[in-house]
Amino acid sequence: MTPTEFLVLTRGPLFDIAVTIFVFGIVLRLFEVLILGRKADLAAARGAEFKPGMATVMRRFVPDREKLQGSPVVTILGYLFHVGFFVCLLLFVPHIELIHSTLGISWPGLPTAMIDAVAVITMLALVGLFINRLNSKLLRFLSTFEDYFLLVVVFLTLFTGYLAFHRIVEPYPTALALHLLSVELMLVIFPFTKLMHTFTAFLGRYYNGAMYGRRGVES
Amino acid sequence: MSGTSLQRGLKAWMEEMDAPVASFFSSCVHCGICAEACLFYTETGDPKYTPIHKLEPMRRFWQQEFTLFGKLLKTVGLSKPVTDEELEEWETLVYDSCTLCGRCSMACPVGNDITYMIRKAREGFVASGHVPKGMVGAAGRAIRIGSPMGVKLSALEAQIRHIENDTGLKIPVDVEGADYMALLSSMEIMNFPEYIEALARIFKQAGVSWTLCSEAFEATNSGIQIGSKDIARQLVQRVVDGAEKLGVKYVISPECGHAYFAIRWEGPNLIGREYKFEVVHILELLDQLRAKGRLKVSEKFDERLTFHDPCQIVRKGGVLAETRNLMGMIASNFVEMEDHREHNWCCGGGGGVSSNERADELRIKVFSRKKKQLDAVAPETLVTACANCRLMLEDGLEEYHMELPVTGLTEMIAEKLVEEEK
Amino acid sequence: MSDHNTLGEILRERGVSRRGFLKFCTATASMMALPPTMTMAVAEALEKAPRPSVIWLSFQECTGCTESLTRSHAPTIESLIFDHVSLDYHHTLQAASGDAAEAAREEAMHAHHGKYLLVVDGSIPLGDPGFSTIAGISNLDMLKETAEGAAAIIAVGTCAAFGGLPHAAPNPTGAVSVSDIIKDKPIVNVSGCPPIPSVITGVLAHFLTFGGLPELDQYGRPMVFFGQSIHDRCYRRPFYDKGLFAETFDDEGARKGWCLYRLGCKGPMTYNACATMKWNQGTSWPIESGHGCLGCSEPDFWDAGGFYKALSIPTSDLAGAIGTGLGVGAAVGIAAGAMAHKKKTDAEHEREPLTVEQLEGES
Ligand code: SF4
Ligand code: SF4
Ligand code: SF4
Ligand code: SF4
Repeated sequence: MTPTEFLVLTRGPLFDIAVTIFVFGIVLRLFEVLILGRKADLAAARGAEFKPGMATVMRRFVPDREKLQGSPVVTILGYLFHVGFFVCLLLFVPHIELIHSTLGISWPGLPTAMIDAVAVITMLALVGLFINRLNSKLLRFLSTFEDYFLLVVVFLTLFTGYLAFHRIVEPYPTALALHLLSVELMLVIFPFTKLMHTFTAFLGRYYNGAMYGRRGVES
Repeated sequence: MSGTSLQRGLKAWMEEMDAPVASFFSSCVHCGICAEACLFYTETGDPKYTPIHKLEPMRRFWQQEFTLFGKLLKTVGLSKPVTDEELEEWETLVYDSCTLCGRCSMACPVGNDITYMIRKAREGFVASGHVPKGMVGAAGRAIRIGSPMGVKLSALEAQIRHIENDTGLKIPVDVEGADYMALLSSMEIMNFPEYIEALARIFKQAGVSWTLCSEAFEATNSGIQIGSKDIARQLVQRVVDGAEKLGVKYVISPECGHAYFAIRWEGPNLIGREYKFEVVHILELLDQLRAKGRLKVSEKFDERLTFHDPCQIVRKGGVLAETRNLMGMIASNFVEMEDHREHNWCCGGGGGVSSNERADELRIKVFSRKKKQLDAVAPETLVTACANCRLMLEDGLEEYHMELPVTGLTEMIAEKLVEEEK
Repeated sequence: MSDHNTLGEILRERGVSRRGFLKFCTATASMMALPPTMTMAVAEALEKAPRPSVIWLSFQECTGCTESLTRSHAPTIESLIFDHVSLDYHHTLQAASGDAAEAAREEAMHAHHGKYLLVVDGSIPLGDPGFSTIAGISNLDMLKETAEGAAAIIAVGTCAAFGGLPHAAPNPTGAVSVSDIIKDKPIVNVSGCPPIPSVITGVLAHFLTFGGLPELDQYGRPMVFFGQSIHDRCYRRPFYDKGLFAETFDDEGARKGWCLYRLGCKGPMTYNACATMKWNQGTSWPIESGHGCLGCSEPDFWDAGGFYKALSIPTSDLAGAIGTGLGVGAAVGIAAGAMAHKKKTDAEHEREPLTVEQLEGES
């Protein structure tokens, strides 16, 4: 297979398949979660549900003192990684183009030099998180194969993107195809791994906030 | 089905699964932040006490039964079914090292309400027969005698006579049509009868029409701690029947935290209908009286006071501002511990741990968290609002050789009440 | 064709001054990434370069490559160099045709066996030999036959180098490149659709100067011309880096000369010398004239997604994929969810209350 054929494959049919599985999986998983439903709470409410639910969704974005003290590495690197990843994903022009072509929406991108720096920071954060997972007794205990594997997969999406952008791997079609391939891998496993928290964390936070809110507590 | 069995336990889990549980399990990223929020981990450094890890068997069961992918994993043998041995191993994690304090639920970055799930997990453990003996004993006494500590009506009557003789106050029992029906916890009857006296004094001053109920005076609910809805339902039903028979408008939960959570928040869901009365926590009522000017104190305490927030009342129960309003009324030198209100650390004995002797050693060990908190502010008296917390605090303080009196907020108020001439 | 034997003689005869010649040598040296000190060596080598015999075979092609080389508006040293070679066979350019032409080819093959240069443009059909024949000889046979005695082969244009347009899906003729067939000869791919004329002559100059082939990239292209991407040398690159893009061919951005990425420019994946050598004697080049790069020097550029589709956009029907995912996901999700929900409610209905007696019996 020539590099261009490889690129055409990853840019065409494989991307199609990956996106189909991704969307299928997300929808399936969301149904699996939501159809289980929630029993109506018969206890007289002290507070509302909706507003506190939404408030908790927002509040858990903010790292508090306890997290910074108790889990500084996870909190700081985790934060860097999440922000960095989304900056690279959503503010790099070629990515915006992709979104524009599929969803028809578009926004201005960041200068590539900035994306470049953010990508490096994000990759370093991921490496740090990986090392931390291996080093901390607590995290080593909690970690499953999936936890390490996903760090690698997410790292690969950034790393291959970085290689392609800087043409470290030649020829370019191969580099771009590798990038697409790693993204496709991530898309395919996404719904069936903890990556799903990208969606369910919002549900979970909402439920948490709503259940506590009903009892008059800000959670 | 006659006895308990793994099958029965798994079936109980089947019932417990709901959308929140499914989102929580789907979301966990194994970040370990919940561990740092749980005193069983922070004080032992043992990772097995990580809150979410306590749910590992239930998570697998959920994945295998409620997700297509999990079914697939199970079919190809990559995900092993839950076994009796496993539940046995996890029993200590779920009961001995969790007080259902809710602190982890406040910390998880993806919003997992882990406590909510541990409460549900216990349904499966109890139905499969993996429960600590001490808690079974308490539940048995609660069902047969009416109180987990085996306190009978005659014992309560003796205490009432005692208080009436000592103080000349009247403690009404079974008064039909009273506004309020007060509940007690066995610990209050046996260890802290001052609480009953305090109620009598305060209600007299404030002119509250109240009564005790001879058929339903016990507020604590061992069924919830052990994790059995069926047992919990019977206990709640007694209170509901008593209150409806007397026709009261309100039922007053005692200070006891688990009692409050049981009767206030779980009760209606257990009996499957809304109450015909309202449940108020004693501190809520006292704060209402305070706001209406019906509760007056003559002076404040000068000592340095701090307040231990009982998890079930404050963080999980929602009685927050009331505690500080009332403290403000009686304390001139009030200090907050570093983590307070909904971020307070548990006394270590909630969630049935106090009735599980097997857990005593661990409970005392993790009390070191409370010690650190207290050492940092060095109060002269520690105020709380839960008889169970109070017992656990006293026990812990003694073990750590700390001289610090512990008292209940209601009693503190009663002590400084303005004596009005009749 | 000249009768003189060295390039120097030809140039002088055509009135090229010494200064002009040296200027060309300097340019050639720098084009070939040689240090300036090598200019004299290049000049000397070229001056004395003997006339090599060249056989030019054209297969499935459009003559664009020959045009590119010959249709210079003014006579250039490049064209003179080209003149210098003894083009013994080129069926488009030569006067002879039919048997006479074939005879010329065979003669050259015999006379210069092992020494002649073979230049090929156009792809070779493998589907049916009858798709393209010359004097009744199929392209495949002619290529094999002629390659046999060649010193080296220069595949000119993307068709000869990679299959090019005839190779584009669905490739009805089964077109392949020279290197797909000939495995035992040094081959230089001078890709491009068409290739830049100076690149062809540059390769010839290199051959003449050093008697061998230049350093090649992984696609067999001379590194000196194909070592850098269009994107890396593009003068619009600062706009790309700043995130300033033309959205249409006549908008504000287009007028300001912003980057053409969003309009489908394939510069980032294309290796060619356009950005530095430009076209038409350095007049301009596609991106400078306002159109994105098509990627014409890359293998399969016809099939690498649409010319006006940004490089990062999937070539497939993503909306369809999303639709399918949504539909199937919802159907399976509802079915699975309903089953799960039923399990849960069944468990509730079948429930028998747990009693303390049962508990005490166990523990
Ligand atoms: S509820 Fe409290 S004791 Fe239980 S796991 Fe969570 S933090 Fe630990
Ligand atoms: S804090 Fe939440 S996400 Fe992190 S390990 Fe605990 S349950 Fe999982
Ligand atoms: S116009 Fe094309 S080659 Fe030039 S910077 Fe933009 S994308 Fe790159
Ligand atoms: S700019 Fe691109 S498409 Fe145009 S001639 Fe150069 S390589 Fe070919």
